[in-house]
Formats: sequence, structure tokens, C-alpha cells
Amino acid sequence: MTSKAPINCSIVVDSKPSAVVEVYKQILPKLEENNFAKDDIFAVHLTLEEAFLNAVKHGNKMDPAKKVKIDYSIESDKVAISITDEGTGFEPESVADPRFGEGLYEPGGRGLLLMNSYMDVVKYNENGNTVYMVRYKEKPHLTEKQSQTQFSSEAGPCQQNQ
Amino acid sequence: MAAIKPSISVEYAGNATILSFTDEKILEEKDIKALQESIMSVIEQAERVNLILDFGNVRFLSSAVLGLLIRISKRIYERDGQLRLCNINPKIYEIFKITRLTKTFDIYNDVEEASEGLSQPN
Repeated sequence: MTSKAPINCSIVVDSKPSAVVEVYKQILPKLEENNFAKDDIFAVHLTLEEAFLNAVKHGNKMDPAKKVKIDYSIESDKVAISITDEGTGFEPESVADPRFGEGLYEPGGRGLLLMNSYMDVVKYNENGNTVYMVRYKEKPHLTEKQSQTQFSSEAGPCQQNQ
Repeated sequence: MAAIKPSISVEYAGNATILSFTDEKILEEKDIKALQESIMSVIEQAERVNLILDFGNVRFLSSAVLGLLIRISKRIYERDGQLRLCNINPKIYEIFKITRLTKTFDIYNDVEEASEGLSQPN
């Protein structure tokens, strides 16, 4: 069954690294169906891996009792994804740039850099426990208004493999 | 026999140990841990190793694999060995460029090029 844009969905999954598979298996086929390029799909896949693992490890601290909520919307020209954990949040500015100094030789700390590189918009809520990201099919000149796009309040739960 | 994932193949050629990733995607944490154990055991089999990692089959990886590579390189250099990467697909190479790991790792086009000029391992 194909899903044509606009699509608004909200899903909640267990807070464990392997649960990201449920998330990308639901989102990536819909991007294909809506003619997103392979580069877009690669970017969204990578970003989901990084953001979801951050939510599970750093947000929910690997607590299996916690959940991760994913809201996503797919429109003809863009995909927007928001990932929320149940943690206390963090300050993105406090994360060192892994491209310089000792960071270059550290095993971790590259997830945020990749998210920022592959998505056109990356924003956090005030608490720092929700990351909101957008990737456009074609890169527009982003205005503040465009980057403020939010999810429809009518976003409903999604089934796997729709 | 059950397949062990993620799989790697090991080949010894001249002065080099060539380790090829056989899976297209290297993602799951448990797979990355298993890979680390396998690769570390290859490194520790010799006093000093010239290791070539062949990414020819790999189409997708996340930053967790970059962390694995950093840990591998530290172990190899502690033991006076050499690490070279090769056959990296353009999308994966972009990840190395973004993270500036192109400055940290020696990256070659293919196994043949990566094998050139390696000193004799012990």
C-alpha cells in the first residue's frame, strides 16, 4: 500500500537501540513512495540512527522503562522528524566539536555533527529533550518562518509497514 | 551452520592482513561490539600488524562505526602497526570528510594501492 504526501504520524517505541529499525522501516519506504532521492533517504536514515541512539543512550540513559516518541511529517517537498526522549535534556552548545583538537581522536561525539550536516534544519526544544529536523528535496533559502514549521496537531498513530 | 553477523573475511597477502567487511550495513550496537572483538583478536594475533580494512561491500554505517575505527587505530598504533582503509564508497567517504576523519585515517582507492609500501610486520 502506498502512502502519498502529506503524511503526519506519531509513533512511540521502546527505548532500546534496536528499536530504531521499527522507526526507519516505517519512514524510509514512505520517502521512496514520495519520490525522495537516494541521497535524501541516506541522509534521513543516518540522521535517524544518530538521533535515536542519542535519545536512548544520553536522553533516557538506557532505561528500558522509558520510551522514545517520533513524530514525522512527509510533504511533497520535505520531510520533518521530531524525536523526543524522557530525559532531562541537554544543551547542544555544550557539546565539543569533534573535528578539532582531541575530539578528532575520541571514539564518540560525532552524532550531532552528522545530524547537522545531513539535515537542513536541526532545532531543539527549550528542555533539550526533543530534536526537530527537516530535510528538503531541494534546498530553499530558509527563512525563519519556514524553519519554524511544526507538526499538525492531527498527527495520528501509525502502524508498522503501512 | 548459523551465519555470524556482521561477517568479516580475513586474507593475508604479503606484508598485510586484509580484512573485508562483507555486510552492506554496519549499524547495530551488538554487531559493532562483535566486530570490535573479531578485529581486536586479529590485531593481537601478531606482535605488529599492517591492517587493511576493505569497505568495498559497505553501503551504510553510522558514527558508532567511526568510534570503532578510532579504537582499532589506537590499538594498532600502540603496537607499532599500520592501519589503512580502502574501497570506501562515495556516500560513506562523505561521512569521513564531514567528520574530518580523512585527516586521521590513511585512505586508499583499493586494496592494491593500500598494500603498497607496507613494512614487514613482526
